Amino acid sequence: MTATPTPARRQPSSAKPVRRPGDLFFSSASIGSATIILLTLAGVAVFLLIEALPALTAPADEVSGGAGFAGYVWPLVVGTVVASLVAMVLATPVAVGIALFVSHYAPRRLGQSIGFVIDLLAAVPSVVFGMWGMSVFAPRLVPLYEWLEQNLGFIPLFADASTSGRTLMTASIVLAVMILPIITAVSREVFLQTPSLHEEAALALGATKWEMIRTAVLPFGMPGVIGGTMLGLGRALGETMAVAIILSPGIFTWNLIGSGNNTIPAEIALNFPEAAGLRLSELIAAGLVLFVITLAVNLFARWIVDRRAEFSGAN
Amino acid sequence: MSKRIDVNDLDIYYGDFHAVKDVTMTIEPRSVTAFIGPSGCGKSTFLRTLNRMHEVIPGARVDGEVLIDGQNLYAKGVDPVDVRRQVGMVFQRPNPFPTMSIKENVLAGVRLNSKRMSGKAADELAERALRGANLWNEVKDRLDKPGAGLSGGQQQRLCIARAIAIQPEVILMDEPCSALDPISTLAIEDLISDLKTDYTVVIVTHNMQQAARVSDKTGFFNLKATGQPGELVEYDSTQTIFNNPREKATEDYISGRFG
Repeated sequence: MTATPTPARRQPSSAKPVRRPGDLFFSSASIGSATIILLTLAGVAVFLLIEALPALTAPADEVSGGAGFAGYVWPLVVGTVVASLVAMVLATPVAVGIALFVSHYAPRRLGQSIGFVIDLLAAVPSVVFGMWGMSVFAPRLVPLYEWLEQNLGFIPLFADASTSGRTLMTASIVLAVMILPIITAVSREVFLQTPSLHEEAALALGATKWEMIRTAVLPFGMPGVIGGTMLGLGRALGETMAVAIILSPGIFTWNLIGSGNNTIPAEIALNFPEAAGLRLSELIAAGLVLFVITLAVNLFARWIVDRRAEFSGAN
Repeated sequence: MSKRIDVNDLDIYYGDFHAVKDVTMTIEPRSVTAFIGPSGCGKSTFLRTLNRMHEVIPGARVDGEVLIDGQNLYAKGVDPVDVRRQVGMVFQRPNPFPTMSIKENVLAGVRLNSKRMSGKAADELAERALRGANLWNEVKDRLDKPGAGLSGGQQQRLCIARAIAIQPEVILMDEPCSALDPISTLAIEDLISDLKTDYTVVIVTHNMQQAARVSDKTGFFNLKATGQPGELVEYDSTQTIFNNPREKATEDYISGRFG
């Protein structure tokens, strides 16, 4: 008897590889899922385009505001983008700080629980943020806005303080709180992935903790932080409820701390139930514009996050 | 620039685990000292206590003293950051900073001292360090290219250049050739022989021929059994260790009759 078991019979060699039913099932299932997501996206785009067409082609004086669709939508676009950018600028430094604390400063236990609390923040429904922002947060910001008006009033952004606090600035701050978890989570992940090899290289050169973070952790994590920031921006752009509740909408103004301004999602949410005909088409067209902006931001974020592979330094 | 190291009754612990027991040794300046021994015997751990890098691992602590020219590294009020500027280190795997160019890598340690340097002084320092690491001729035309684009052996010499740019007293090397091919290994070994004219060099290696080739003195570390602390079994001139060791364990290890 030989020690090595011999196959009972040789497989006849054929040109075609064997196709097992399990493989076939799972490959078609995953191809199917991938196709569904593409079809959904295409369906949304086609729906928006068809429904938006009347507003896009309507004569200028028939569109709300009487200046054509472009004239109608640009203040909303600027309002949306400004609110989101301010939120991003406010949230990013705090998120990076939290991520560094959790990944490099806090004792492991404490870091984990803080990370958990931050993730919980993402679970708060946006309508709760909206109500809190309107009834609790906005009135308390009024003194700050008055101070800004008195001391920085020469900057058009802080020209005229609102008495209710329900301004684009308040909406931005609440948006910043809402996008904090996603930026923190992505940053924490990349900071934790910093190769200890690079951290030790910096420490062995006589780096203090902060210098080590500056030399090894931040350059390594930067693409990830940028990607997380972009994901947060995408979330802020599409946020509806919080902005719709907090903001008392009005005509466009560069003044961030006064009443006025609106964002695309809030405009749609507030007007959609009663809209019909051309007005409905206008709102859908505004949605199309938002769709394009959000898509562009998310693609950009994806591209930056994917580029991180080159920076891994693993060789 | 080189200094003498005296280690007195040093015990090393990771939390409750006693990793290395009771090491006492003197490392001479301007010499190469090699540590050999089986995996897990604590030679790398011991090396890392010579510049307090072991403290990076949570729970690691030592008991005993390490004197560099009479100064105890573990005395109260000694900042590990200052210790590491005096005692440089080269790691097992080449670890240039991936986002920095070759020149920035060499200057990384100097920049940490937050000294303002003119562009000319920086260029001169980078050239001196790269020449000191036998790398200048290979990279002088591409100083602004990423350090991670070099071959493994070149990267390791870049790391040595980075370590000597801050002009340490001592250079520690933790298996610097274990990730390199034989030609690159030879280049590093040549470099080690050159470095000892200016520095005190301490090297951990798994390669006994390497220890025999480059070192003046050799320490053999061993552990009695798994879970037991590692200890310094024998420490003598490299010639004695390899030709006429005092201990049976050393002889078994170097002649390959180990375990």
